[in-house]
Order: sequence, then C-alpha cells, then structure tokens
Amino acid sequence: MTQQEVTHGVQHDVRVLLPTQLRTLAGVPREVSVSVVGDVTQRSVLDALEASLPSLGGTIRDRATARRRPFIRYFACGEDLSQESPDALLPDAVVSGREPFIVLGAIAGG
Amino acid sequence: MSAVRLLVGTRKGAFVLTSDASRRSWSVEGPHFVGWEVYHLKGSPADPDRIYASQSSSWSGQVVQRSNDGGKSWETVGNDFTYQGHPGTHQWYDGSPHPWEFARVWHFEPSLDDPDTVYAGVEDAALFRSTDAGKSWQELAGLRENETGTSWQPGAGGMAVHTIIQDPSDQQRMFVAISAAGVFRTDDGGETWNRKNKGLHSEFMPDPDAEVGHCVHRIAQHPARPSTLFMQKHWDVMRSDDAGDSWTEVSGDLPTDFGFPIAINANDPNTVYVVPITSDSVHYPPQGRLRVYRSRSGGGEWEPLTEGLPQTHCYTNVLRDAMDVDHLDPCGVYFGTTGGQVYGSSDDGDHWTAIVEHLPAVLSVEVQDLA
Repeated sequence: MTQQEVTHGVQHDVRVLLPTQLRTLAGVPREVSVSVVGDVTQRSVLDALEASLPSLGGTIRDRATARRRPFIRYFACGEDLSQESPDALLPDAVVSGREPFIVLGAIAGG
Repeated sequence: MSAVRLLVGTRKGAFVLTSDASRRSWSVEGPHFVGWEVYHLKGSPADPDRIYASQSSSWSGQVVQRSNDGGKSWETVGNDFTYQGHPGTHQWYDGSPHPWEFARVWHFEPSLDDPDTVYAGVEDAALFRSTDAGKSWQELAGLRENETGTSWQPGAGGMAVHTIIQDPSDQQRMFVAISAAGVFRTDDGGETWNRKNKGLHSEFMPDPDAEVGHCVHRIAQHPARPSTLFMQKHWDVMRSDDAGDSWTEVSGDLPTDFGFPIAINANDPNTVYVVPITSDSVHYPPQGRLRVYRSRSGGGEWEPLTEGLPQTHCYTNVLRDAMDVDHLDPCGVYFGTTGGQVYGSSDDGDHWTAIVEHLPAVLSVEVQDLA
C-alpha cells in the first residue's frame, strides 16, 4: 500500500527545521510544525509552511517558477532529497513526525 | 529641521545613523537584517517614519521590509515581483538571448506625496510599483517592453533599474537609468517610455550613435531645476539641460571620469559631486587617495575635496547609491565605501569626518531630513 493511499485526507503534523537566516526572518525557533492534509510531499509541506509563515514566501522556492532556490537543499532521514520531485512522497518517518524535514542553506563560499 | 538620519545598506545588514542639525555627533544603530545584503533603504518624503528596505541573499532571495516608525521596528511585506505577461529574453553578456529573471530589488523610490506608493527598480531590469505600502507589486511593463528591451544587456554587476527620479514639476514624468541600457523617460506616468541617450558615447560599443547599451551608473536631478540632469556614466560625466533629450560631456578636468555616484548640492543646482575611480578594471581612487570632486559650475571645472579623507593607501570604492545630501545650509554630503566607512561633511564638502569606520561594505546611503 502506498503512502498516498494511506494519507489521503488525513492531517499530518510535520516537523520542519529551518536555516538560521529564515528562522530570524520569520521570528521562529529552529524547528516548526506544520499541518499537512493529504499527501506529504515537498510541495505540500512548503505550501503549508508558507501559509503559516508568509514571510518565508519566495525564500525557499523561487516565486516565479516555484522551484527550489539554487542554494537551498532538502534533507530528511539522512538522505539528500534536493533532487527529488516536489511531488514525491516524503519518507514515512517525516509523515509520522519521527524525523524532521530539513531545509538547509547549501555551503557556498570559503 | 532638527535632525538628520542616514539609512545605510551594507553587504551584511542595515544601519541607521542619526545626528542633530549640527551634524557633529552621530548615533549608530543596527545592524538590522543581520547577515543579509541590504541593497537600499529609503524613506518616504511624505512621511519620514515610513521606510522601505530591500533585503536579499543568494540563498533566500528577495525580502521587502517596511518600517512605520523611522527604522525602530520592521515588518516583512510583499516580495512577489512577477513580470507582466511572458517577459521573453534580453541579451546575455555574450550577446545570446537570456530569459528575463527577477533577481533582487536594487532601489526603492517612495512617491513624493503618498507614503503608501513606492517604486522598485529591480534586476533583471524592470520597474514595479506598489500602491498599498509594499504589500503587492505591479510591473510598469511599458519600460521593459520598450522596443529596445530585447537588446539590453547586463553590466558587470547585473542588469538593473538602479535610478528612479520622479519629476517634482510634472507628476507624469519620471526618469529611470539601467545598466547597461541607458536612460529612459516617461511622460505619461509610466505607461510608455522613451530612450534618452542622445550624446552618450561608449567605447565598448561599435556604433558611436547607439541609443541603448550605455552603462549609465547614476543620474541626479535638482528639484529646483528639473530639466537639468547630471550623469555619472561608466566612463564620462554628462549633463542634460533638456530633460534627457540630449547630453553633453562635463568631465572637464577630472583626473578620471570613471565612477559610480553623483549628487547635487541641495542649496545650489550648479554644485555637483562625484567620486572619481581609477578605471573600469581598477575600482579604487587614483593613487589610493580618496577624493570627492566638486564642481560649482555645473560641471567642466572640478576641485578635489580631501580634508579629512584618507590620502594614502585607500583602495575602496563608492557605489552608485552610496552618496546623498541633506537639505541643511550649508549642505551636508555623505557617502559610504566598500571598506565600510561612512564619511560626512556638514559644509558643502570642504571638510569630512568618518561617521563610522568599520561597517560591512556599504551599498547605499540615503539621507532623511527630520523635523
């Protein structure tokens, strides 16, 4: 049974870790929780995050294209999910709240 | 007037410097927006407590901040700068077509009479306007859709609308300057725009009469003489006396006519300031001596102003938005450097002092005259 079949219509409280700049910008601690109804994907998590914290709109995903900004990376459960489809289902551990979905600023510069 | 406030944008945050009218002792407050680039902050002429700030980073893109209390507190407002329609392409550095992509806001220009109306000059070059205090932004697409738009190309720092001037004598008239396209003027409130680059010559372009492609670094206008504009171009200091219809060179006896900012004394439309920089590839003052040059004749003849400025081993730059004047008499002149110094003069530029010396690289300096 796929996650999609399991989660359809169900609300999930997903933990999200934010990089320092975005925590400061939004005035929130390192970890926040967002409620996602239905499939838990990068897109649905980030949509919920931006809905609850509007100041983060455009800071993780480009406003015009909705694509991940070049220096932003996504991790969860020790895996780099940055290149995954935004509509791919996130790991069960993220869906259940055991593990956070991590938004990270890529290392750039010396 | 009882106080002067400087809004200073830097590579790593914003600072607010305040003095009474004597301009001898300054308080330094900040940093705001720690760790972010602040290309520009500017206060509303109609309400000095209303300030708009452009906060951006390569990681997290563009954020717009607004203060309603003179910079004490800030709130994020709208950052959706979506080009109207299908923006198509402009020229890339190599001459190939490149999609129009929003990168950041370089400059905010609040309306002369409405604190809730503000213009934003952005990279890739376009002009936006908000009429709800920054909550939402609409492109004035007539500029980008100018017949020459597809041929615009970036300068070394990007392709941006960096100067916006609202004509105080004609509400329908505005000027913008774009690197590297040139000057454009609207006479219908921003609907349509005409290029205003006749007389500009750029040695990197094969056509000596090219009407776009010029790397205009900054233009300035004195409100008492709105038909006269001064320009610091990539090379050349220029002047127009017909609202940009034609330009003549007034570099005169400057040691080099490369530079970025240009400003006009608030009390005399013939007194102009530039900061000559060695060359396009050597972005520091000639001989490592930081000199502001002043013309009291509207260009042509220039005098170096050195009192209080470093005259040895100074290898900083002064960027295009990093110089401004107050409206006291004598006029205060202020500029910030890429070395993190903000210098001020309270006597038309005769004497200078370092107001603050160790900020991050200064990107912009704007002056507010406070009642």
